[in-house]
Amino acid sequence: MATTRATASKTRSDPAKNGVVVEALHGLDKETLHGLLYQMLLGRRFEEKTAEAYAVGKIGGFCHLYIGQEAVTIGSFAALRPDDYVISAYREHVQALAKGMSAREVMAELYGRIDGCSRGKGGSMHLYSAKHNFLGGWGIVGGQIPMAAGVAWKIKYRKEDGVILCFMGEAAVNQGAFHESLNMAALWKLPVIFIVENNRFGMGTAWERASSLYDISQKANAYDMPSAVADGMDVLDMRRVTMEAVERARTEKIPTLIEARCHRFMGHSMSDPVHGVYRTKEEVEEAKSRDPILTFIHLLKEHDMLTDEELNAMDAEIKEICEDSANFADESPEPGLEELYAHVYAEENEHGLLFFDRKDRLEAQ
Amino acid sequence: MAVMTYREALNQALAEEMTRDPDVFLMGEEVGMYNGAYKVSKGLLEKFGEMRVVDTPITELGFAGLGVGAAMVGLKPIIEFMTFNFSLLAVDQVFNSAAKMHYMTGGQFTCPIVFRGPDGAALQLSAQHSQALEAMYSHFPGIKVVVPGTPADAKGLLKAAIRDKDPVCVFEAEMLYNTKGEVPDDPDFIIPLGVADVKREGSDVSIFTHGKMVHVALQAAQQLEKEGVQVEVVDLRSLRPLDIEAIVASVAKTHRAVYLEEGWGYAGIGVTISSLIQEYAFDELDAPVARVHQADVPMPYAKQLEKWAKPGVERVIEACNRVMYR
Repeated sequence: MATTRATASKTRSDPAKNGVVVEALHGLDKETLHGLLYQMLLGRRFEEKTAEAYAVGKIGGFCHLYIGQEAVTIGSFAALRPDDYVISAYREHVQALAKGMSAREVMAELYGRIDGCSRGKGGSMHLYSAKHNFLGGWGIVGGQIPMAAGVAWKIKYRKEDGVILCFMGEAAVNQGAFHESLNMAALWKLPVIFIVENNRFGMGTAWERASSLYDISQKANAYDMPSAVADGMDVLDMRRVTMEAVERARTEKIPTLIEARCHRFMGHSMSDPVHGVYRTKEEVEEAKSRDPILTFIHLLKEHDMLTDEELNAMDAEIKEICEDSANFADESPEPGLEELYAHVYAEENEHGLLFFDRKDRLEAQ
Repeated sequence: MAVMTYREALNQALAEEMTRDPDVFLMGEEVGMYNGAYKVSKGLLEKFGEMRVVDTPITELGFAGLGVGAAMVGLKPIIEFMTFNFSLLAVDQVFNSAAKMHYMTGGQFTCPIVFRGPDGAALQLSAQHSQALEAMYSHFPGIKVVVPGTPADAKGLLKAAIRDKDPVCVFEAEMLYNTKGEVPDDPDFIIPLGVADVKREGSDVSIFTHGKMVHVALQAAQQLEKEGVQVEVVDLRSLRPLDIEAIVASVAKTHRAVYLEEGWGYAGIGVTISSLIQEYAFDELDAPVARVHQADVPMPYAKQLEKWAKPGVERVIEACNRVMYR
C-alpha cells in the first residue's frame, strides 16, 4: 500500500521563467522557493546562535540541535495550513520557529527567562505555542506519538478538516507507543501524519543495531497504513511527499507514515560528540557534502532563481533576527519565586491542600 | 434521594456529565458493546454512540496518551482502566505528559482528563490484580486523586473530577460496585475535591482512611463501641487536594490517630498523613500515630494468606487500642 513517488503536478503554478515549468524546482515560483530557503536558513542560524550561547553557559540542561535536518521540517511544513497542528519530541527548536513562533520567545525559553514561550519552565525540550497550534516539545522518546493520535481524534470528533504532523526520531519507532499509536490511527482513521526523522543514530546507536527491519516505512504495513520514503536532505522532496499525505489525511482521514532519511551534523545533544566511537569523522563530512541548505542554494542558482546579493541580504536579515533574539533573551528577567508554584494546576480547588511542602512558608521568604 | 449501587451511581455520573457537555467522551477496554468489564458503562454506547463511548484495543499506553492529546486541544476524555493495575502500562502518559502539561507549557495548555477504574484487591486475584496504587498517583504534582467509598461519594466525586480543569484520577473498587446507598437526584450534585467527610462521630480516637477501607473502619468502630470506645471515622475521599483542616480538627478532638489504608505502608498515604499530623497538630497528640495497611508483600492467592495480607478489622481495633494505651 506504499505510495509511489509520483511527480507532483497540481501544485505547479506560476511558471518560473519564460513560461516554462522547471521540473527540478517542482514548478514552484521564486517567492515560494525563497520562502523555503529563508526558513531553513533561519533554522540554521538560530541553532548556530544557540550553540554559541550554550558554549558560554547562557543555556543550560539538555540541548539538541537540528543542524543538518532542516529540510525535513521546512519541506513538510510547506504542506500545512496555519491552523494545522504539529507535535514533536525534543529536537524541536526549528519546528517551533517554522510554525510561526518568534525567535525571541524561543531563545528566551532556551535561556530560561520569563519571556520564553513556556515562561522559562520548559527549556529547550519543551517549547509550545497554543496560538500557533505548536504542541511541543516532549522529552520522553515516543511520548508524543499517542498524543498526536489524540489531537487527530479531536479533529475527527469535532468533524474538522485539520491534520497533525507528528515528528519523531527513528529510535522512537522501537517504542511500544509508536506501534500502539499507528494501530489506533489506522483502525480509527485519524488524520495524522507520522514523520520519522531517520538520522540513523539514536544517540550513539546506529539504526541497524537497533531494529531487526531496516526499512522503517515497511513498519506501516503491519497496520495497513500508507507509507512513503522521502529524501530528508531535499526540501522539495519532503514537501511533495508530505503534501500527498496531508491531502489523504484531510480529505479521507487516512494516516500516513513517512520516513525522512536525513543526517544530523551535530552530536545527539550539546554534551555529546559529533563523531567518535559510533560514527567516523569521514561519515559526517560525507553527510555534510549533502547539506540541505547548500544543495538548495546551488539548485536555485543553477536555475537563476537566486543571486548572491539576494542570498547575502537574506542571510544578513536572519543573522540580525538571531542576534536580536539572543539580546532579547539576555535582557529578559528570570522567572521570580511567584512562578514556582504557578501553573502546576489549572484549577486550584477551593478546598484542601494541593501542595505539601508548606507553600506558605516558601512564599514568605 | 434514591437508593442505588456504587456502580449505578458512577453510571449516572457518566451519563449526566456526557449529556451536559458534548466534549466529554469515555474510552477504554470493553466500555461500549460489552457494557464495561464491571458494567459501570452499561447502556452508554446505545445512548451516546461510538464516538463518545469508545471500545479500545488492549493498548493502555496508547489510549491513555490519545486521551491526553485530545484533552490538550479541548476535549474532556474519561479514560477507563479495566483496573488500575493495567494503568502501570500507561503511567508515562499520566505522569510525564498529563501531570506536567500545564506547568511545562507555562500555562498555555491544560489537560482536563479523568483516569478511572477499580483499584485494590478483590478476592483471590493474586499479586498482579490486587494492587492499591493511589499513593503512587498522589506522589505527582499536577495530578489530583480521589477515592470514593460510598455510592453518593462515587457520583459526586466523579462528576467533580469530570468538571475539573486538571487531570483527576478516580480510584474505584470492585468490592464496592455492588454496595448500596442513598444518592441525591440533583443532576448538579457534586462533591468538591478536597473535602473530607466524617462518616462517624466519636471522641476517643480518630481513624483516618479512604476508599473501601471506610467500611473496615466503620466495622472496627462498631465493635469498639461495645467496649465503650467512641471512634471517629474520617473519610478523606480526596487525597490531592487533601482536607488538612478536617484532619487537624479531628485530631484536636480525639488526640489519637490511626491511618488505615489498603495499600502498602512504606511511602504510603498513612506515612504522609502521620507526618502532616505531627507537622500541623503535634501538640494535640497524646500518642504516636498508628498505621494499618497491607502486609509488605505482593498479594498472595491462597485464601488464608490473602486474609493475613489485607488490613482487616482486628488489626484496626488493635491499632486503636495501641494509641489509647488500652
